[in-house]
Amino acid sequence: MADKLHFDLVSPERRLFAGDVDQVVVPGEEGDFGVLPEHAPFMSVIRPGAITVMNGNETEKTFIHGGFAEVTPAGLTILAEEAIPLSEIDADKLAQDLADAREDISAAKSDEEREHAEALVVKFEAMQAALAA
Amino acid sequence: MASLKDLKTRIDSVKSTQKITKAMQMVAAAKLRRAQEAAESARPYAERMGSVMANLSTTMSGTPGASPLLVGTGADDTRLLVVMTADRGLCGGFNTNIVKKARERVQALKAEGKSIKIMCVGKKGAEQLKRLFGPYIVDSIELSGEKTITGSTAIMIGDKIRHMFEAGEFDTCELISSEFVSVISQKPRAKVLIPAKDAIDEGVERPDLAGAVYDAEPDEESILNVLLPRYVDTVILSSLLENVAGEMGSKMAAMDNATRNAGELIDKLNIIYNRTRQAQITTELTEIISGAEAL
Repeated sequence: MADKLHFDLVSPERRLFAGDVDQVVVPGEEGDFGVLPEHAPFMSVIRPGAITVMNGNETEKTFIHGGFAEVTPAGLTILAEEAIPLSEIDADKLAQDLADAREDISAAKSDEEREHAEALVVKFEAMQAALAA
Repeated sequence: MASLKDLKTRIDSVKSTQKITKAMQMVAAAKLRRAQEAAESARPYAERMGSVMANLSTTMSGTPGASPLLVGTGADDTRLLVVMTADRGLCGGFNTNIVKKARERVQALKAEGKSIKIMCVGKKGAEQLKRLFGPYIVDSIELSGEKTITGSTAIMIGDKIRHMFEAGEFDTCELISSEFVSVISQKPRAKVLIPAKDAIDEGVERPDLAGAVYDAEPDEESILNVLLPRYVDTVILSSLLENVAGEMGSKMAAMDNATRNAGELIDKLNIIYNRTRQAQITTELTEIISGAEAL
């Protein structure tokens, strides 16, 4: 049995992480799931939230927005539209952004603007939840 | 014959042109490096996306009710050509080559009796195509507002295409852009975007599952529905990035040529300048000598 899981985290603009880790916990559309080495082939849509990468004694959390996970015998791949390390998120600024986005919803003039603002609110709320966890 | 002063002005003006082309070449070289890096770093995502799609499409395309983005509408009467060019000129034959390819495709499709719609991305191509196929152009997008190409640019274009597709304005879609072969060589290329199945079938590497079957969550169909639009965006993004790299490569080569030509012209003008000056001196001397002899 392979003792390490090969893990790739890629966004459309660049490769964010590639390497061997012990375990990754991913927030799937229908619930969180952990991926260990030798996991059966599996694919899932990811809901906005934080993935937890465990390697040795280190754990690292990264916020993922709009993504997709694929497990193959070669390892785990996460295709993320946006990925931000939790340590880089500023809670105060986030609260401010969230308040701004909420204001935008009520101030929106067109449906398009409102949809855009609503999507932002959902994203920021997910970020706050990830921070609080 | 031009006077010495005229020649001098001429040489000076060519020299300043040479300075400009040289500067443009260096700017293009720097931008090329950045564009290449961007194209390179977008590749892993595109590759992964391609292999996931390949997997899903083999299991899904046989089933009824598969997304029309994947299998097409069943008809092939109207084709949308998305022509991607640069927003700026002065980059050799880059834009012209893409437009030429587009023209070939339009003529071939017309011969097959299909109706055609054209969407232009980039200003230069739009200008050239407007003259040739004005009535076919349904939309034209300029990118000069954006400093760098990002995912959101591709999503914007992808959204437009999908809206048109859902409204039934076309059946199939083809992307015409430049393939970045190397710094000195770019080839115009046409590839199918919708139905995605045809694009995916064109040799994507499939991961070896060792006989295992995927478990999917929620289920394959909903995953595919989420993933297909994103796949379209990814293809558009990588074409855009490749185009930028090609544009810069082409511009660098064109400006290098221009700099060299200016250098040659300066050499030639210098020779003429020197000869003219020598001729003037000789004439003056002859006049003086013959004047002295006459005395």
